[in-house]
Amino acid sequence: MYDLLNKIIGNDYLAAIIAAALPLFIFILPFALFAVLMERKVSAFMQDRIGPNRTGYHGMLQTVADILKLIQKEDIVTSESDKKLFNFAPVLVFIGSYGAFAAIPFSSGFIGSDIDLGIFYILAISSLVVASILMAGWASNNKYSLLGAMRSAAQIISYEIPTALVIITVVIVTGTMNLRTMSEWQTPYFWNWLIFGGATAGITKLLLIPFMLVAFLIFYISSLAEVNRTPFDIPEAESELVAGFHTEYSGMKFAMFFLAEYANMFVVSAIAVALFFGGYQSPFGYLGDLFGIEWLIPLEQFLWFTIKGLLFVFVQMWLRWTLPRLRVDQLMTVCWKYLIPYSFANLIIVGVISLI
Amino acid sequence: MKQYFKNTWDAIWTVLIGMKITFKHLFTPAVTIQYPDEKLQLPERSRNRLYVNIDDCIGCDQCVRACPVDCITLETVKGVPGDDLGLTSNGKKKALWVTKFDIDIAKCCYCSLCVYPCPTDCIKMTDIYEFSEWDRDNLIYHFGVMSDDEVKTRKENFAKFEAEKAAQKAAAAAAPKAKPQPLPEKPAEN
Repeated sequence: MYDLLNKIIGNDYLAAIIAAALPLFIFILPFALFAVLMERKVSAFMQDRIGPNRTGYHGMLQTVADILKLIQKEDIVTSESDKKLFNFAPVLVFIGSYGAFAAIPFSSGFIGSDIDLGIFYILAISSLVVASILMAGWASNNKYSLLGAMRSAAQIISYEIPTALVIITVVIVTGTMNLRTMSEWQTPYFWNWLIFGGATAGITKLLLIPFMLVAFLIFYISSLAEVNRTPFDIPEAESELVAGFHTEYSGMKFAMFFLAEYANMFVVSAIAVALFFGGYQSPFGYLGDLFGIEWLIPLEQFLWFTIKGLLFVFVQMWLRWTLPRLRVDQLMTVCWKYLIPYSFANLIIVGVISLI
Repeated sequence: MKQYFKNTWDAIWTVLIGMKITFKHLFTPAVTIQYPDEKLQLPERSRNRLYVNIDDCIGCDQCVRACPVDCITLETVKGVPGDDLGLTSNGKKKALWVTKFDIDIAKCCYCSLCVYPCPTDCIKMTDIYEFSEWDRDNLIYHFGVMSDDEVKTRKENFAKFEAEKAAQKAAAAAAPKAKPQPLPEKPAEN
């Protein structure tokens, strides 16, 4: 993508800036708008309600109207807050989630940065969220915000361990940390996806299937916790902590937190897709291959990646309206007593299998 | 150890059961009634805003006396002979001009006690329940249809009639003075 832009514009810096801004404008913002609406609609349908249906056709413009409202709102900074940190936290939280988009393989033709440490980089940069949430909670000078931030820090740091262990498991099987290579390795046929044992041959594949399923489950649960979604939403538990770390935020700063939350939802779904569900690969081969149209393939891949990502975002919402919130001790129990032992055992077994 | 694996299994299984239930509800039609657009049929004997069919009202004052919160104000003027007051719907002759029939619906407690005693069924509950107002005074409903001038003439008519009657009485009382009066004896019988 960068090369193409470079060719069109003929200026390195300008091309780089445009290439960096592209995912924001063609993907994150529309996705956040769509996902908020989807969240409200899904929650409404699951509770036998109708949901927003007054703004536009079936409420399609509801989120657009909401964003317009948020932009117009007064920017309130409480007098007792630490101004610098308070103002910087929403930016940092968005940097964290936006940074992760750099290495996500949207399609073979559009990867922000095709680095060899792809998944490792995503894991590292998404940890910035903890810093910014703590920053927001501390700077707000509000007991609920601080409690939420502390819980969030404890939760995200704990749940990074099973996530990392699962990612190591996947890296053992694929032998690469580059998300593009990983996606290419899982060929455009669904039986070669990692959840079905990957593009390995013979008995190894059969042996891998159950362990990959466990790995996927663990990854999905811990990634849910990392993005503070229900049932792991204790950092922003509305019924206990008002709104957790973003209690004191309003207007556009609140919108930044919101945007970052929804961007994060897609990031973790995208990682799940890239690791276990063939990344941007189509499940049944490509129309472009069939008709010999080369430029169609990246578009198809983008479409497949978006569909798969949205599917997992939908499952996140589905879980949100199914499960009640965990208590703090239960949260820690799930992580330390269940997920970590399982993922560790899984790691060892998969290691042994791939040695064979 | 056994409990540990059982817990794990239970966790996954119960979550799946819950997800199945919510997934079913995803396709259940919404039960929402979008209120201003669609309204529920009210129950048959529901009590809402009062309405008075003033053409039928005979000014009997029964509803006023029945009202526990005194929200009905009724003023009447007697008709004089020769006034055509018309008939009520059930054929009774009206004798009183209803000069004022105000219901302060803000005070009304919707007990429906005024409806039962009405001899002509002219005061009744309607099914209108959306009548909020910006000004409290707008909640006083004036059911009387007579204009101020009309009320004035009716009152004058009646006063004139009274005066005439009083004059007649005075004349009658003045003329036969020697008539014996059995009246004082009557209360003694009772």
